[in-house]
Amino acid sequence: MDYALQQLVNGLTLGMIYGLIALGYTMVYGIIGMINFAHGDVFMIGAFISLISFILLGMGGITAVPIALVLVLAIAMCFTALYGFAVERVAYRPLRGSFRLAPLISAIGMSIFLQNFVQVAQGARVKPLEPVVTGGIVLMEGGTFTVTISAMQIIIILTTLVVLTIFTLIVARTPLGRAMRACEQDQRMAKLLGIDVDRTISLTFVIGAALAAVAGMMYLLYYGVIDFFIGFVAGVKAFTAAVLGGIGSLPGAVLGGLLIGLIETFWSAYFSVQYKDVAAFSILALTLLFMPSGLLGRHDVEKV
Amino acid sequence: MTAAAEPMLSLSGVTTAYGSIVALRDVAIEVNRGEIVTLIGANGAGKSTLMMTICGSPAPREGAVIYDGADIAGMPTHLIMRRGIAQSPEGRRIFPRMTVLENLRMGSEVIGGQHFEEDLEKVCTLFPRLKERLAQRGGTLSGGEQQMLAIARALMSRPRLLLLDEPSLGLAPMVVRQIFSAIRDLNRTTGLTVLLVEQNAYHALRLAHRGYVLVNGRITMSGTGADLLARPEVRAAYLEGGRH
Repeated sequence: MDYALQQLVNGLTLGMIYGLIALGYTMVYGIIGMINFAHGDVFMIGAFISLISFILLGMGGITAVPIALVLVLAIAMCFTALYGFAVERVAYRPLRGSFRLAPLISAIGMSIFLQNFVQVAQGARVKPLEPVVTGGIVLMEGGTFTVTISAMQIIIILTTLVVLTIFTLIVARTPLGRAMRACEQDQRMAKLLGIDVDRTISLTFVIGAALAAVAGMMYLLYYGVIDFFIGFVAGVKAFTAAVLGGIGSLPGAVLGGLLIGLIETFWSAYFSVQYKDVAAFSILALTLLFMPSGLLGRHDVEKV
Repeated sequence: MTAAAEPMLSLSGVTTAYGSIVALRDVAIEVNRGEIVTLIGANGAGKSTLMMTICGSPAPREGAVIYDGADIAGMPTHLIMRRGIAQSPEGRRIFPRMTVLENLRMGSEVIGGQHFEEDLEKVCTLFPRLKERLAQRGGTLSGGEQQMLAIARALMSRPRLLLLDEPSLGLAPMVVRQIFSAIRDLNRTTGLTVLLVEQNAYHALRLAHRGYVLVNGRITMSGTGADLLARPEVRAAYLEGGRH
């Protein structure tokens, strides 16, 4: 029981990170109907920008942990958002209106480019970061196993919840959020209502990248090491999460992320670490077999 | 035409094509300020294409679209729509996964959501049915309710030129009458200029000051509403059996 509880805490933490990345996949899919394969690498860039920011802040003498965390988060979100913006401008916008496969191929190219760019610029070796936050809370003691939630996990979970709340409010309540949903549902009509669709798509990439930056920073803090290749693995997982939740569905992406995180963690804890990816992807295959639109994907019929 | 009465909208020599298929050929129409102008024609004559061409989606291949003294042909659609034009398009195009209220907000977005509460009140008075459905998702409305919503959404931007594409489609005759009288009232009280596309030629010509007949992408006739109603060829082609 206590062991399972510990896995639950770990799984939720990991799931939050996947959920944040999955949102970027699902948003872009919703609005332009393509899978942005470079999104995982944008997440990786976010992790690297966080790492660089931590080091620079440390050199600048800003060592108060809360201030450093907030600053790094802000810097990482801004710079990663710029990457997201540039990726769309350079790799996808020129291909809008061309055949469906073209932006997909371009996305894969962009992914390879970003990986190699970071590999060349930062080196291929694993980059460590000394633990920024230490300590934790003991949730349960006395049994065979002591259940703890580390301060880091608390920060990850709380930050993710705050970011998700802000994000949800943006999508649900603001003109930008409505414009995004309008473009997702009927681009031509959105134009007829004066919506600048190109701008809305750009902002979708910007927001998706900013969320990925949050995930990148969390990943860095949680694991303490990153390299240029983390975007691929995390990206595939998050993509799986988005599909599992129902691609195009925002709550689905978060739910899918949490599920993948939990499945992976529990499988590693009880069966085998080597096969954790197999578990995650098998669940995906089963879901798609029986619920092709994912857990929260839409199946409502639209009136003609 | 004197300078003071320069038309609000004038199309000249407009040709629109989808790929190699020409949908409109050398079309010229004018809509004056404060006028209701109708465009009648059979299915596939190019009526909706003409409406969409005015909005730049698709842009005309040739010709000029002068609105408020400026040529808007070739401008991006969203910029055209920011100049005070609103369209209730063919097929209604309600956002299915937005509530009725959100759909109406989308209409008001182009003017930055100004006067939203006030205009909401107005369109709800116009279509009381919508008021009951504000929290419902657009996709769950009946066809008639969607049509009302499409018109209401267009009105939310306080347009100076309103383009209505087949507002009577799929509506019960009573609702059609209600919508047409609403259009007439708006035109009389606010001076709203309306370009109306209709298959229901009888109602449209009775409502409109002037009308054009579109056949296979060309304008073949024009005149006042009463004038066109009286013409035997119009009667034969568009009115017989169509009066309801």
